[in-house]
Amino acid sequence: MSQFRVAGRGRINSGRRVRFTFDGKEYSGLEGDTIASALLANGVHLVGRSFKYHRPRGILSAGSEEPNAIVGTSRGAGRYEPNTRATVQEIWKGLTVTSQNKYPSLKFDIGAVNDAAYMLFSAGFYYKTFMWPKAFWHKVYEPFIRAAAGMGVSPSEPDPDTYASRYLHCDLLVVGSGPAGLAAARVGAEAGLRVVLVDENAEAGGTLLSEPQAQINGQQAWDWLAAELAGLKAKGVRIMTRTTAIGYYHQNMVGLCEKLTDHLDVLPKDMPRERLWRVRAKRVVLAQGALEKPLVFHGNDRPGVMLAGAAQTYLNRYGVKAGHRPVVLTSHDSAWYAAFDLEDAGAKVAAIADTRPAVRGDLIAEAGKRGIPVLLSHTATTTSGRLRISSITLAVVKDGKTGPETRYACDCLLMSGGWTPSLHLFSHTQGKLAWDENQNTFLPGFTQENCGIAGAGRGLWGIEAALADGLERGREAAAALGRSVDAAPVRVENDRTGTGVSHTELPTRRDAGKNKSFVDFQNDVTAKDLRLAVKEGMRSIEHVKRYTTNGMATDQGKLSNINGLNIAAEALGKEAPKVGLTTFRPPYTPTTFGTFCGYHRGSHFEVTRKTNIDSWAEENGAVFEPVGQWRRAWYFPKAGEDMDAAVLRECRATRAGVGIFDASTLGKIEVVGPDAAEFMNRMYTNPWTKLMPGRCRYGLLLGEDGHIRDDGVIGRMAQDRFHVTTTTGGAARVLNMMEDYLQTEWPDLQVWLTSTTEQWSTIALNGPDAAKLLAPLVEGVTLTEEAFPHMSCVECTVAGMPARLFRVSFTGEIGFEVNVPAYLGRALWDVLWEVGQPLGITAYGTETMHVLRAEKGYIIVGQDTDGTVTPGDAGLSWAVGTKKRDFVGMRGMARPDLVAPGRKQLVGLLTEDRSRLEEGAQIVFDPNQPIPMTMAGHVTSSYHSDAVGRPIALALVAGGHERMGETVYIPMPDRTIAAQITSTVFVDPENARLKI
Amino acid sequence: MLLIHCPYCEETLPEVEFVHAGQAHIARPDLPSSQTDEEWEAYLFIRTNEKGIHAERWRHVHGCGRFFNALRHTVTDQFLTTYKAGEPRPELPVEGGDQK
Repeated sequence: MSQFRVAGRGRINSGRRVRFTFDGKEYSGLEGDTIASALLANGVHLVGRSFKYHRPRGILSAGSEEPNAIVGTSRGAGRYEPNTRATVQEIWKGLTVTSQNKYPSLKFDIGAVNDAAYMLFSAGFYYKTFMWPKAFWHKVYEPFIRAAAGMGVSPSEPDPDTYASRYLHCDLLVVGSGPAGLAAARVGAEAGLRVVLVDENAEAGGTLLSEPQAQINGQQAWDWLAAELAGLKAKGVRIMTRTTAIGYYHQNMVGLCEKLTDHLDVLPKDMPRERLWRVRAKRVVLAQGALEKPLVFHGNDRPGVMLAGAAQTYLNRYGVKAGHRPVVLTSHDSAWYAAFDLEDAGAKVAAIADTRPAVRGDLIAEAGKRGIPVLLSHTATTTSGRLRISSITLAVVKDGKTGPETRYACDCLLMSGGWTPSLHLFSHTQGKLAWDENQNTFLPGFTQENCGIAGAGRGLWGIEAALADGLERGREAAAALGRSVDAAPVRVENDRTGTGVSHTELPTRRDAGKNKSFVDFQNDVTAKDLRLAVKEGMRSIEHVKRYTTNGMATDQGKLSNINGLNIAAEALGKEAPKVGLTTFRPPYTPTTFGTFCGYHRGSHFEVTRKTNIDSWAEENGAVFEPVGQWRRAWYFPKAGEDMDAAVLRECRATRAGVGIFDASTLGKIEVVGPDAAEFMNRMYTNPWTKLMPGRCRYGLLLGEDGHIRDDGVIGRMAQDRFHVTTTTGGAARVLNMMEDYLQTEWPDLQVWLTSTTEQWSTIALNGPDAAKLLAPLVEGVTLTEEAFPHMSCVECTVAGMPARLFRVSFTGEIGFEVNVPAYLGRALWDVLWEVGQPLGITAYGTETMHVLRAEKGYIIVGQDTDGTVTPGDAGLSWAVGTKKRDFVGMRGMARPDLVAPGRKQLVGLLTEDRSRLEEGAQIVFDPNQPIPMTMAGHVTSSYHSDAVGRPIALALVAGGHERMGETVYIPMPDRTIAAQITSTVFVDPENARLKI
Repeated sequence: MLLIHCPYCEETLPEVEFVHAGQAHIARPDLPSSQTDEEWEAYLFIRTNEKGIHAERWRHVHGCGRFFNALRHTVTDQFLTTYKAGEPRPELPVEGGDQK
């Protein structure tokens, strides 16, 4: 048993020893210890270095609010976790713990020179020190800030763990299982509600775990707790420990993070590490208690300085003394009890110093009984001890003046500046806070959520008050859900109630301008920094926060916000409520990315849509690319071919013989009804009335602003039926837009819209031999120029399968698109592949499709257009039915800017040096103009063209249609490329190749 | 996450089933080509950006697919009511009152 472990104290008494390492040294703790309690049991207080000044830091708290004891934990490859709070993480056999922010070692840290140079690092130092010259940012400042400002090291391997997520519905969710939460849960359960009780700690009980002296209804607190928990379980209450309520969202949805395996030495197979719960509760009771505030004075951050309540928890819950010779410094009654408990456990309390001139007589008497010196009206002016506090200097304050100093030797300092209700989740609900003059803190006010706050969370003090309030909140919740229940009041003896006062920085006789009185321990923000921020003009607390970084560390201001506010308010000469509090935002405590990702990682990150023909592509070595959520065959390399070689071969074979392409991903919408043609007239730019059944037309869809949104070939299958195709990525958007107009602007039209994208498998055959291949397989139509000319469509059978056959071309060659019911796609492909062998049929992918269409100047919406391109800009005025009464975008096209000269228009480009341009490259008219140059457009598509024998490009160029034959320039990092503006059609401008 | 009442399904369902579709009660002119540039600009671009109760369109995209209207408070995000497309904006007893 170590000299700091107290026999007979604490709840972790299984006696099982657990070995772990800290910075390479082996330590032993007990099962149930946190890293912090185990280190304290070994007399270790120094656990880390601070963020900015690299000051040695110890363990400040005993909970999730910890700002100092932030360590790295590891269980092997991929399972390193930086910024773990040592006060929360339980130890297990083999746990490896490392300190952070130190080099070369925790005891000697070279970065601590920052501490001596603190004048450089005052409030707003980022803004001041790194202001200029601008050129220094990239090479000097940023690397320096990044190197110096590290909070641990990010793991670099993939995370091998799994994470789960679940939904949960309940009548009453209680957050926090201290006395208030337990009472609320019990009333809820007795009223017959479905109750969920969650607590972030490993054990339920909250304050009760640290206060074994209390007698509840005549029972010792821990016995009462055990019986109560058993009772709740018997009544069906779901009790979830190690589960943090991380965020409170609209309409009583609360996010929970349940940690399942971080405390285990052997990971169970198939168990997730963490589980995100989305709980929808009819009522919520927040019983999160209160957080103890540090006192702000020079040297309040040395290892060995600890919150008094934390020391009490370490002693009573873990059986660990924070030190042998503590000094207690407080402005609240609660810390007196910590002193008494430690003295009773064998420590020798050197003094209780209270800032108040008068303290309750029973506390003074209890101290006297134990022989503890009591110092009232006292302040602390400094501390000493490099790696651990060794003394504190106290002085009496009389008539506002700090008197002579006296030094007290100690090995730890237990401080309390009073308590702050934990209002984080309440704030997530946009809950209004109300300033409480007496307690000098904010209490919860109005919230629009169905939510009650119980116990210390609304400023009540003591176990009995918390229990009574919990019962009341539980009754309230039950009543709101139409249940009534009687709950007998609970009687508590040995309850420790108390009051206190609140301070800004404690008075001192020293130069306060040189004090390092820490407010935000993790971000090294001192009282002086806050005052400086106000002096330099920050007025809003939000500005003070950002300028000083107070409250912006991983603890999100749990300990620092109220002290920071009080100090800033004092400096501003305003009342604290007039200055206001910064906003708390989720998550309540740092939460892993894994929790939020849940199952959505790797191949589950997003759905992968596959066509019925995808299996063929996979079997035949396709390289895939994602398009929208589809995976599409990009190209089909043969042995030894790179992408360029494969694409070149596919292009050549298609123009020379026949190519086969899986076009199933094209969006398809069936537009049906007596008013279908009228609807199409109103939606698309083109006229549809006179289009005969059995014919198709290229359709162009605009937004009301007159810009191109989508395009596709549309077949009129019957008088009242259109087979609309859209771009692959645009299908859902187009359907949504059509539905919008149909439902809300033209509800009188008799039209029905159905997404048929996934109902059809679509195979495109292109090339001079396409008709020759297909003709023998088609029944119902003859594939001749006369019987089935270009832009025809028909219902027929192909290879015995029911089909919709389109004669269309996206390549400039004779082309067909065969639509068959989706499940027949692969079967049809196999037939065509087989029959096509004598013709040298070649499968091609999306890259070849892109090249072939670019050679013909066919645009791809979203690549050659960017949401600001009109039909005129794209050279598609021919597709606009100017004689129509109206269509979506018609009025938009007439807007002044859309008819102004000099618009960027789509043209072709041929480079003079026959090099291939980069897509996205900027274009200028005068390459010799000074930088920054006036940019005249950009390259939208660029490929090597086998058919043209050189690279070709499409580009948007200002006034491009009037500049045919002119030379433009594309400045690149290494050289400037000259290119000639040409037509967008590079191959077969007469469309002779379309004819059978 | 919000819960939204679909006036067509007559069910209150999670927000993930719905998409927002902009301000409500902006009717498309019957003959846009007769609109002046100013009128067309107002129709296309000018929105109220309400701080308070806002009439807006939603679509039950992963449900019945219908567009409907809602009155929502843009500060609290609270839905005050939802109603079918084409119906007039309902009067709310609280409107302009303590909801502001």
